[in-house]
Amino acid sequence: MTDIPAFLKKLISTSGLSGYETPIRETISETWRGLSDELSASQLGSLHALKRGAGPAPRPSILIATHMDAIGLMVTRIVDGFLHVTEIGGIDARVLPGQPVIVHGREDIPGMVVQPPSWLLPPDNDSGPVELGNLLVDTGLPGGRVSQLIRLGDLVSFGTQPVELGKNFISGHSLDNRASVAALTRCLDDLQTRHHKWDVWAVATSQEEETLGGAATSAFQLAPQLAVAVDVTFGKGPGSPAEKTFEMGGGPVLGWGANVHPGVHKAFKEAAERLEMTTQLEAMPRHSGTDAYSMQVAAAGIPTMVLSIPLRYMHTPVEVVHLKDIHRVGRLLAEFITGLADDFMEKLSWDGEESKE
Amino acid sequence: MPNPSSIKIGAAQIKLLESLCAASAISGQEGEVRKLVMDALKGHADEISVDALGNVLAVKKAAARNRPRVMLAAHMDEVGFLIAGDDKDGIFRFDPVGGLDARQLVGKSVIVGKDHVAGVIGFKPIHLTTASERTTAATIDGLRIDTGNGANGKVKVGDRAAFAPNFIQLGSGRTRTIRSKALDDRIGVATLIELVKNAPPNIELLAAFTTQEEISVRGASVAAHAFNPDLAIILDCTPAYDLPHWDGAENERYNTRLGFGPAIYTADKGTLSDPRLIRFLTETAEAQGIAFQLRQPGGGGTDAEGVHKARAGIPSVSVSVPGRYLHTAASLVRVSDWQDTLRLVHAALAAVKPSLLKADRA
Repeated sequence: MTDIPAFLKKLISTSGLSGYETPIRETISETWRGLSDELSASQLGSLHALKRGAGPAPRPSILIATHMDAIGLMVTRIVDGFLHVTEIGGIDARVLPGQPVIVHGREDIPGMVVQPPSWLLPPDNDSGPVELGNLLVDTGLPGGRVSQLIRLGDLVSFGTQPVELGKNFISGHSLDNRASVAALTRCLDDLQTRHHKWDVWAVATSQEEETLGGAATSAFQLAPQLAVAVDVTFGKGPGSPAEKTFEMGGGPVLGWGANVHPGVHKAFKEAAERLEMTTQLEAMPRHSGTDAYSMQVAAAGIPTMVLSIPLRYMHTPVEVVHLKDIHRVGRLLAEFITGLADDFMEKLSWDGEESKE
Repeated sequence: MPNPSSIKIGAAQIKLLESLCAASAISGQEGEVRKLVMDALKGHADEISVDALGNVLAVKKAAARNRPRVMLAAHMDEVGFLIAGDDKDGIFRFDPVGGLDARQLVGKSVIVGKDHVAGVIGFKPIHLTTASERTTAATIDGLRIDTGNGANGKVKVGDRAAFAPNFIQLGSGRTRTIRSKALDDRIGVATLIELVKNAPPNIELLAAFTTQEEISVRGASVAAHAFNPDLAIILDCTPAYDLPHWDGAENERYNTRLGFGPAIYTADKGTLSDPRLIRFLTETAEAQGIAFQLRQPGGGGTDAEGVHKARAGIPSVSVSVPGRYLHTAASLVRVSDWQDTLRLVHAALAAVKPSLLKADRA
């Protein structure tokens, strides 16, 4: 069995910005290699792990997508040894001053995002939040050394260390969406000892934070019968409106809306009931903001589902998740997969079972 | 004259600084640093006491009687937070202690209370903000410390919280840099501990490890009253604003610069340094070949503010290690500046003669 908290801490201590997922892909591969039958990387950098089912070939397959890419920064300009940066993924610049970072230059260099004093800032930005373009990264190194080690386009990852907030709560950067990678790993763990007929493609997708390109292309290449995006959603906590958030430790959040096939949603709900597991419902009226959006329209179209883990302070370096939610999402995925019958697709209908009869 | 190179910053001094920085000592509750200081001084001072404000007062006697009595002060306290309200479920409101910019608090790790319970200061997800919200700075009223379920009765209203320990060394050689919380003024505390351990015999060294500097210099005043010294040198950490100007213009207000040596104060908001002591320090530095810089006159303040006005007046000067990003979760200092500060003050102490203050102030 994988030690999920330890694995999660390793995942959020590994870099892997959108489009540059190699380090995190290698970390995930180390663990998934022992839990799957085949492992490969896609042309766009996603990791594909196949866990074969027990049914007769050709078997149907389900793709579980957990994006592994992280938000971060990229060097745009170097002035007197200080770095100017731009964002990769959506970042509120107000979370940046004082954040430790790792600059991936000719070697990994610790740095910190810094907020210059008001009199060194342009007059239109010398009070209030300092815009990203006016923040700097300070490595503490002299200008000459910086020029040797760092170039424009170099990536900058968050360097925040994981913190345990008591029992079950973990804080750190990139829990969006490494928490879901950990949940899928828990699912693969469970499947080692459970009978499942379908093939399972565990996919750690790339580039979700920028283009959803990893999931779109993996779904095309692997051509699964079903696809599930596992991601994080807004957890209840300070600063977030209660009506838009979900209970931390309150169980898996089942997505509902245009990106979700109602029949798959229902089957997930039933799987949760078999486990006597509490779930929460998230309305996703339009774009789900997840890999499901791109997988749904891959190739000739794929029935999709979105499963989420509540997370506080999304896209900050101190995101917080509840470990029980991670385990529950993993267990729910395994229960759903083991419950997939040979004829699941034949019975699946957009308009419900009644209209099929 | 002592050999100035005999006193230096090595692995032991850096280790001591790291442990001092890891302690939580918010103004008004300096106990953790006080304990470390008392432990470090054990066997190195002739007298050690703790006064009514929590200052640690250590005396190292001179080799002969009636030698100049020189007070050195470094403040033990740091800026941080006081837990002001319990929102339940491990979420706490807090008030700032000392000069803090709310914009620097977002997304930081903290430690709360005597048990150092881990917490984070979260922020609203960007996805749930509007464009106009993102042009509004965070306020302390809107921020919370989130301890998950780690508080569990171990955190209560009135507890202090500090930025989480985060000490690391960057770079190497002449530009080796330390990054940590609370370098203001644990670096002064570490320097003062070294000076007590290596006190020259020509003076009576009166070391004050002070409290409540960050909330308007409370401890140093009473320490100066008690010591009643002939002169005082304050060891602090002062901002280095040596960053580039946005449009490439000359940065005319850098205050101090990393790598240019100890910063000698001429005037800040609280103190006009004694001109004889300014001269004495600069001449000592020049004679010893130690790099130094004059801090740009202007704002800010140190314990000198309280010390120089104690009793009938005490000739005072401050010397600081320059540090970037003070009063935030992590500041930067150069090891070379620290070493030069230690060497300069040590050389100056060894050169103090009774005639020093007989000279005219002009």
